[in-house]
Amino acid sequence: MKFKDYYEVMSVSRDASPEDIKRAYRRLARKYHPDVSKEKDAEERFKEVGEAYEVLRDPEKRAAYDQLGQRPSGEEFRPPPDWQFEFDDGTGAARPGASAHSDFFENLFGGLGGRAGRGGFRSRGIDTAAQVDVTLEEAFHGATRTLSLQRLERDKDGRVKPRTQQLQVKIPAGVADGQRIRVAAQGEPGAGGEPPGDLFLQLNVLPHRWFRLEGRDVWLDLPVTPWEAALGETVRVPTLAGRVDLRIPKGSQTDRQLRLKERGLPGRPPGDQFVVLKIVAPAADDAAREALYKQMAAAMAMNPREAMESER
Amino acid sequence: MTKPIDVDLLDETVEFSLDDLCRICGVREAVVVEIVEEGIVEPRSVGGGWLFTGIAVTRIQRVIRLQQEFEVNLPGAALALELLDEIERLKRRLR
Repeated sequence: MKFKDYYEVMSVSRDASPEDIKRAYRRLARKYHPDVSKEKDAEERFKEVGEAYEVLRDPEKRAAYDQLGQRPSGEEFRPPPDWQFEFDDGTGAARPGASAHSDFFENLFGGLGGRAGRGGFRSRGIDTAAQVDVTLEEAFHGATRTLSLQRLERDKDGRVKPRTQQLQVKIPAGVADGQRIRVAAQGEPGAGGEPPGDLFLQLNVLPHRWFRLEGRDVWLDLPVTPWEAALGETVRVPTLAGRVDLRIPKGSQTDRQLRLKERGLPGRPPGDQFVVLKIVAPAADDAAREALYKQMAAAMAMNPREAMESER
Repeated sequence: MTKPIDVDLLDETVEFSLDDLCRICGVREAVVVEIVEEGIVEPRSVGGGWLFTGIAVTRIQRVIRLQQEFEVNLPGAALALELLDEIERLKRRLR
C-alpha cells in the first residue's frame, strides 16, 4: 500500500498545534465538502482531508502516526511488524455521508468492517457517493451503467487491500440533471453483523448539441426563415423521442415560444418541449437578392426600434 | 456479470415511511421530528403517519452532514442548505 502524508494533505507543518489543524480542516472542509464545493474532485479530496483530520486531531493516533517517520507520499509502505494500535471507538460510529477510509488508514487504525466485532464493535456500513455522467438521450431512454467501485478487503493475513468491483446499475428513464439515486446495500460493508451502507449516485446530464434541460422540460432553439415565420408553415422538429411535425403559426416573430406537450423527459408529470423560434435571414450576397431586399424595404417599410426612439 | 441492479430514484415520485427514512439516513426519529419542525422538509400526513419524498431524503442527509461537519446548529444548517440550493438553481440556469 501507499504511504499517506497526512500533514501534506492538510497543508500543515509537522509541528502544527491542534488549533492549527482544526483551522486547516475547517478551511479545507469549506473548500471540498461535497455539499458545498465547486471543485471537480471534491468528493475524493474531502475523503482524504477527513481521513487526515481523523488521525491528526486525535493525540493518540497522531503520536502513533508520527512514529512512522516522515516519508514521501505514495511511497510503498508496510506497517512495522510490532505495530499495535488499540482502537478506542468512542466516536467512530458510522455517520451519514462520512467518507470511507483508505487501505493505509484501515491497516494502521482500522476498525470499520475489518477487525470487526472486536470489543463488540457494531456499526452499519458507511454510505458512499459517486457522480455519474449521462447523455441527454440516456436520461430520456434510461441506461445501464457499469461502475467501478474501490472496495477495501481484508486478506487472510488480516491486511486490508483495495479491490475494484464492477457493478451494473440500471438508470431509469426520465432522470433530471442533478437527480440522486440510491443503490441499496452497495456502500461500505457493516461491522459486527450490521447491514452495509448504501451507494448514492448523483446524475449529471451532459450538455447536448441542440437541447437544453430545465428540470424535466426540454428547450430547443429552432432556426426558421422569415417567410416560414410570416406565412406559417409545418416543419420537422427534433424531440428526444424522434422527429415530429410542428406548425409554426402565421405571423410569428423571433423568440416566439411553442410548446410540444409532454415531449420532455418522462416523469410524473412528464416535461414539455419548448421550441423557441429564431428567424434567420438569407444573406444579400448577389444582385438579385439585394434587389429583393430593396424591394421589401420599399414595400414593407417598418421601424422595429420605434419604441426605443420615442423614449428619451 | 449478473443482471443490473435496480435503484431507487430519489425524486418527488417516490415516498418513504418514517422508518424507511430513518434507516436510509441513519438517524433516529427524534432527529427527523426536529428537522420537520424546522420546516426543512414537509412530509405528507397519511393516517397519522408521515410520508417523505425522495427529495426529502437528500435534504435530510445534506442538512445532517452540514450540521455535523461544520458544527452549526439546525437553523444554521437549514440556512446553508437553502443558499446552496439557490446557487445550484442559478448555476443550472446559466448553462
